[in-house]
Amino acid sequence: MEVISNHNWALTVGTFLPLVGVLIMLFIPKAEEALIKSVAIATAIATLAVGIYTMVQFDFGNAGAMQFVAQHDWISVIKSSYYIGIDGISLPLYLLSMVITVLVMIYSWDHVPSPGNPKAFFILMLILQTGMAGTFIARDLILFFVFFELVLLPMYFMIGVWGGENRQYASLKFFLYTMFGSALMLVAFLALFFKTGAESFSIPFLIEQGMNISRTTQIWIFAGMFVGFAVKVPMFPFHTWLPDAHTQAPTQGSVILAAVLLKLGTYGFVRIAIPVLPEAAKAWAPYIGGLAVIGIIYGSLGCLAQTDMKRLIAFSSVAHMGFVMLGISTLTSFGMNAAMFGMVAHGLITGMLFFVAGSVKERYHTLEIKRISGMLLQMPKLGWILGFCAMASLGLPGLAGFWGEFPAILSAYQPAPGLSVNVFRTYMVIAAIGTVFAAGYLLWLFQRIAFGEPAAEFAAGHGHDEDIHDVNKFEWIAWTPLLIAIVVFGVYPQLMFKVLDPAVGVTLKAFGG
Amino acid sequence: MLSTIATAAWSSPTIDYHALAPEMILGAGIVLLLLLDLFLSDARKWILTPVASFTLLGAFLPVLTLALNNAGTRQMFDGRYVIDDFSLVMKGMFLLAGYVVVLLAADYIREGDYYQGEFWFLMLSSIMGMVMMASSRDLISIFVSLEFLSIPAYMLAAWRKRDSRSNEAGIKYYLLGVFASAIMLYGMSLLYGITNSTKLTEIGASLGSNLTSIRALAVFFVVIGFAFKISAVPFHTWAPDTYQGAPTPVTAFLSVASKAAGFVALVTVVYVGFPGSHAVWQPVFWILSAATMTLGNVMALKQTSIVRMLAYSSIAQGGFILMPLAVAGETGVAESALRAVVTYLIVYAATNLGVFAVVMVVARKTRSGEISSYGGLFSYAPGIATLMTIFMASLAGIPPFGGWFGKFAAFQSLVSAGTTWAYVLAIIGGVNSVVAFGYYGSILREMWMRPVPDGDTSPVSVKSSLAVALGITGLATLLLGVLPGIVIHFGDIAGLAGAFGR
Repeated sequence: MEVISNHNWALTVGTFLPLVGVLIMLFIPKAEEALIKSVAIATAIATLAVGIYTMVQFDFGNAGAMQFVAQHDWISVIKSSYYIGIDGISLPLYLLSMVITVLVMIYSWDHVPSPGNPKAFFILMLILQTGMAGTFIARDLILFFVFFELVLLPMYFMIGVWGGENRQYASLKFFLYTMFGSALMLVAFLALFFKTGAESFSIPFLIEQGMNISRTTQIWIFAGMFVGFAVKVPMFPFHTWLPDAHTQAPTQGSVILAAVLLKLGTYGFVRIAIPVLPEAAKAWAPYIGGLAVIGIIYGSLGCLAQTDMKRLIAFSSVAHMGFVMLGISTLTSFGMNAAMFGMVAHGLITGMLFFVAGSVKERYHTLEIKRISGMLLQMPKLGWILGFCAMASLGLPGLAGFWGEFPAILSAYQPAPGLSVNVFRTYMVIAAIGTVFAAGYLLWLFQRIAFGEPAAEFAAGHGHDEDIHDVNKFEWIAWTPLLIAIVVFGVYPQLMFKVLDPAVGVTLKAFGG
Repeated sequence: MLSTIATAAWSSPTIDYHALAPEMILGAGIVLLLLLDLFLSDARKWILTPVASFTLLGAFLPVLTLALNNAGTRQMFDGRYVIDDFSLVMKGMFLLAGYVVVLLAADYIREGDYYQGEFWFLMLSSIMGMVMMASSRDLISIFVSLEFLSIPAYMLAAWRKRDSRSNEAGIKYYLLGVFASAIMLYGMSLLYGITNSTKLTEIGASLGSNLTSIRALAVFFVVIGFAFKISAVPFHTWAPDTYQGAPTPVTAFLSVASKAAGFVALVTVVYVGFPGSHAVWQPVFWILSAATMTLGNVMALKQTSIVRMLAYSSIAQGGFILMPLAVAGETGVAESALRAVVTYLIVYAATNLGVFAVVMVVARKTRSGEISSYGGLFSYAPGIATLMTIFMASLAGIPPFGGWFGKFAAFQSLVSAGTTWAYVLAIIGGVNSVVAFGYYGSILREMWMRPVPDGDTSPVSVKSSLAVALGITGLATLLLGVLPGIVIHFGDIAGLAGAFGR
């Protein structure tokens, strides 16, 4: 692994800069709310600037190779090192986490959820940012594990303190599920370490050595990682924490959860489980694909049954992550590209949908679908943004969602050599049916909420309408970049595919494709 | 017989004064405390507190110089008293933990007017026993050290003599402790009868791996005797009552230093004395470990009193520390198991002392020992609540706080053993570490998500000595988690001289 660029400080700074902001904020009195928010947002923007610098310096002609690589001793006695780098797969997610953090913080300027305390709220978001960015650049399993876990506590508090009525239950459920997954994942990492000669936790090293492990052992180790990552994705049947967490989380928490945290799981599959254990990946692929399509159908049916807008979006996440996992399970370059694209697209679109849901809740003080109607008359801009996101989410060609969903389905037509074509073609058909459901529940949602006359209780002059106003300044600033990105990636998907493709090729080297 | 002894030329043993310096400084400090207590007027008794803390720090200095000296293992008294890397690390830990306990106890003892001189005298004596324990490689010196550290601890537990709970704490601790000593002594006497020696390395060589039932019984009794000290299930029954009844700083001391001393003795005896008998002690440790963490966790889930919850948590943590010992006899695992135990003990000491510091700070304000009294702590004392969050996360094993690395090291040595039983124990441990979040999380929930129970949100005052204790333990917990390399550096050199016949 040659060092391509000597700018390798960029990743370290980009990852840990938010913690510097946290340190500064610790010394600002709690009452200075505006100052606290400014410092936090400035930190996030500075972090994003470092991220953009990284992107500018990134050698796109060589996106398959690790760049900005840095390696230092960390815990030498267990042969783990501070080993980081970024390639075409990591870059989009790394940047996505930074962009989302900035936008969520801007949105939070006048949307700090009850019970207030912006100091703690913004500090937690900055810590989350470090954890997310770190996970996407770690090239060492232990480093990956530490960053992967670092996001747990801040999200736990975000849901548990600033969440809805049932927040304590939801936050505990989120925490216990994830922790259980990580415990098994850690045991799997350790088994992998010892089965490859106890020499190193570095991922490139393990990719070289992993294929020498016997098939049975690989399958067992993969099982441990599978549980850890599948809980995070979340895949059916490990998904039950997600609707609760999303529904109870504050808007900001939901957005970060949907846009970035879920990707930590799929990223784990793509970066670690599949390249390190190719034999096991082949053995597991049909089951992963099966659970993925079950997730698609189950999530869609779940959506149709929901009466709460936020819960509906949460279930749609289960379905969308099903498409991502289906693409991954084909073990083809085509499917993997689609999955990676789908991850970013889902981050943008579902993040946006949760933003809208948060704003709807703020205005109507309810998310119950049947109580809200006629949004287009009362708040045309918010209504059309909701419509736009619903279209993007259902996979309308020309918007970003399409390029994650459609190629994922298509990739199941021809899975990697060695996988049963019949099984995957069946999955393809089921997944295609899932898209019909998706159109169904999203359009139905839009129709019920946006069309018709405003409900009597929210109509003008009934005392409930003082909060009902259209999109405000902070919302515009926070949302516009996402809306633009959804269109740009929808019209010109090559922008991302050309970054992803070489890196995906490297990842799938063991599969000859 | 007599004549041979009489005629044998007696030469005094060579004494390595540098190696014995920590013990000698401690001894001098203990004597000084006694004398000062005699001659000082009550109004000036406060001087005793700095004397106690400087004695501990003073004793820590030679530990540092010995560690930096790097002259290899120093042996005295025919190899029955050994200064190796393992003993230095543990001595350092006992002295620093003792120093933090002095910080915790300083105001508590002064305000309660609880016989300051005697308190410090007993506490330093107990620490002296621990420091000696780390070097003992002989059944006699191990037993003497054990009693040296235990007997003052019995009295400390019963310190609040007008409080019936404290009396109960002392009596229970005393009775069960003496019972354990008796069992252990019986095992030791069998060992002496079988091997004709009290020196551990000779016992190890003589026992070999040839296990007759009487040898197995002897090993079993000794191990069980120590199981009381580390409050392993089913020998844990004294711990919750003693922890609850004893003064809080004493509880902190018992749950950290005294427990660690038990582990030090256990590891020494098993590694140096019974290396070939792993067929006996491995299954015993396996069962103790699984039972201890499971039962400790389940009981901790039900507690409403913070100190009782911490008592069961400390029992459960003991189960985790035992995990690597259940596979320590497998080829090539001994070293990583020892490293895991040492690392875990250090991390656990830093974290748990911090927890008790917070408990004392909060109890001063709320005058309550219930978990519910932590309600809304974050809203009026964010600093204390954040520290408690760090400590709880560390105990639960969540990165990036110290505890994760202790657990990681324990799991690592289990997985490196690679046997089916090791994997089963690893999975039991994994499930338990999730269950443990049930009660550690309940504290977090109270602090962050619940309202203040009595609506009293006046700021919490933190005494300066407690603030220093919080600072030390908080920083240590964070540092050990982010850069575990620094402890592991000690763990790396923590070879136990003579272990496994080497």
